[in-house]
Amino acid sequence: MAALQQSTLDAIRAEEAELLASWSANLDALGATRDVRINQQVVQQQTRQFLGLLVAAANTADATDIGAAAFADVRRFLEDLSRSRAQQGFDAQHTASFIFSLKRPLFALVQRLYRSDAEALASQVWAITELLDALGLHTVRTFQKSREDIIARQQEELLELSTPVVKLWDGVLALPMIGTLDSQRTQVVMESLLQRIVETGSETAIIDITGVPTVDTLVAQHLLKTVTAIRLMGADAIISGVRPQIAQTIVHLGLDLQGIVTKANLADALALALKRQGVSFERKS
Amino acid sequence: MDRIPILKMGDLLLVTIQVDMHDQLALRLQDDLTEQIRAISARGVLIDISGLDIVDSFIGRMISTIAGLASIMDARTVLVGMQPAVAITLVELGLTLPGVETALDVDRGMRLLRTPRDTP
Amino acid sequence: MIVRESGTHDVTAEQHVVLARQLVRRLAVQCGLRLVDQTKVVTAASELARNTVIYGGGGAMDWAILDRDGRTGLRLLFRDEGPGIPNLDLAMTDGWTSGSGLGLGLTGARRLVDEFELDSAPGAGTRVSIIKWT
Repeated sequence: MAALQQSTLDAIRAEEAELLASWSANLDALGATRDVRINQQVVQQQTRQFLGLLVAAANTADATDIGAAAFADVRRFLEDLSRSRAQQGFDAQHTASFIFSLKRPLFALVQRLYRSDAEALASQVWAITELLDALGLHTVRTFQKSREDIIARQQEELLELSTPVVKLWDGVLALPMIGTLDSQRTQVVMESLLQRIVETGSETAIIDITGVPTVDTLVAQHLLKTVTAIRLMGADAIISGVRPQIAQTIVHLGLDLQGIVTKANLADALALALKRQGVSFERKS
Repeated sequence: MDRIPILKMGDLLLVTIQVDMHDQLALRLQDDLTEQIRAISARGVLIDISGLDIVDSFIGRMISTIAGLASIMDARTVLVGMQPAVAITLVELGLTLPGVETALDVDRGMRLLRTPRDTP
Repeated sequence: MIVRESGTHDVTAEQHVVLARQLVRRLAVQCGLRLVDQTKVVTAASELARNTVIYGGGGAMDWAILDRDGRTGLRLLFRDEGPGIPNLDLAMTDGWTSGSGLGLGLTGARRLVDEFELDSAPGAGTRVSIIKWT
């Protein structure tokens, strides 16, 4: 790919104001700035930002490959821009035309600059074309990818929300936690427990950590926060599945469980919950 | 001048907060409630916040103050219907609402007030 | 990082605190923040807006919806030309009180958001900037 010469880059910098004005005029003509969804000032600021990033990237040794590290900021800017416009309801072509409308002002600039040097003019026109085309193509490609990522993430969230909050009895819910409680997932799961407490009007929630291999300070803090929230809402929680090793860890870490009742297994927790509800069972001999 | 209505039910008072209160309105409620507790020698105050999607430190402080003043007049304060998102946010804020009992709804709140305090 | 949309709102009188809460709620929904995150940022905004009115002598809230690396963010800047905070370290300690009440709500607000910046000095006003990301 042909590279932009230093003289071209210098000229771009020197005539930045006129270049941006001309580019904005092109965007106006396309109707891009008259759209009520976009603020005129925002677009102008973005043209300035893009031009600055482009010149900075093209000023390096790697100026012929838009996939190189030198162009990382430019790519990131375009990806953010494309996603931002997508959120407002525009399609990938919109951001691509944002890029392509810079061609004409740049061609005009190099035509003036290399008036008496046909070879230089040709190479610079070619360099500009290749660069902006490649960036436009990249934008369209990443737009597609981000669409796919959004769908994937939504699917994942749906899965998380189908958490196993079980109603053991009238007023008693149980949440079996499995695997390592990494922050993001745990938060979503705990939130749905709180939601179910309100929906079912359950006064006791049993959080079972039998399936949780280790409990560290972060996990314990998280459990504590969840129980505090449950109590603020007017219900209470029992933590079950506290194995001796975990009990030791808790004592060892000096964690204050603030009066939260813990039980070794789910059955004991259920018995306590039922007792609190004033429910008792009789064996028929 | 707008005020939040206070309902009298025997020797209990019930307040349902459904609007996003500005500070002055909250302070007015605090004064009105305190006055009513004294006037009817209330033994309990139920504050229903099931309609609030925000409880910040100002409102939190108001609730704690009400509970404190009520306690001096030998009345208990029960906060009911806190939304999950609000509960999580309050915990993160570090607002503990001391002296305030809680229940899932008004019915359970009244049941709670019928049992002596701190019954296991 | 891209600024998708931005605006500003007066925060000079008590009623503006409620208006600010409602505006921030709408913006948070627009950003696609989950309910709990919406609640957190609106609560933080409420604390900071109140500070601006009561301690800052009134000011403004500048808001912006941001796009960065595939995530959307809501940025709020609360600024005033008030007396400023004399001791930033002390102000950011839990339980510090100035005047009546539980303190400036700064430490609480900080825990509710992802990014928090405080710039203040006596005689130089106060600027608090917070960002909540999806």
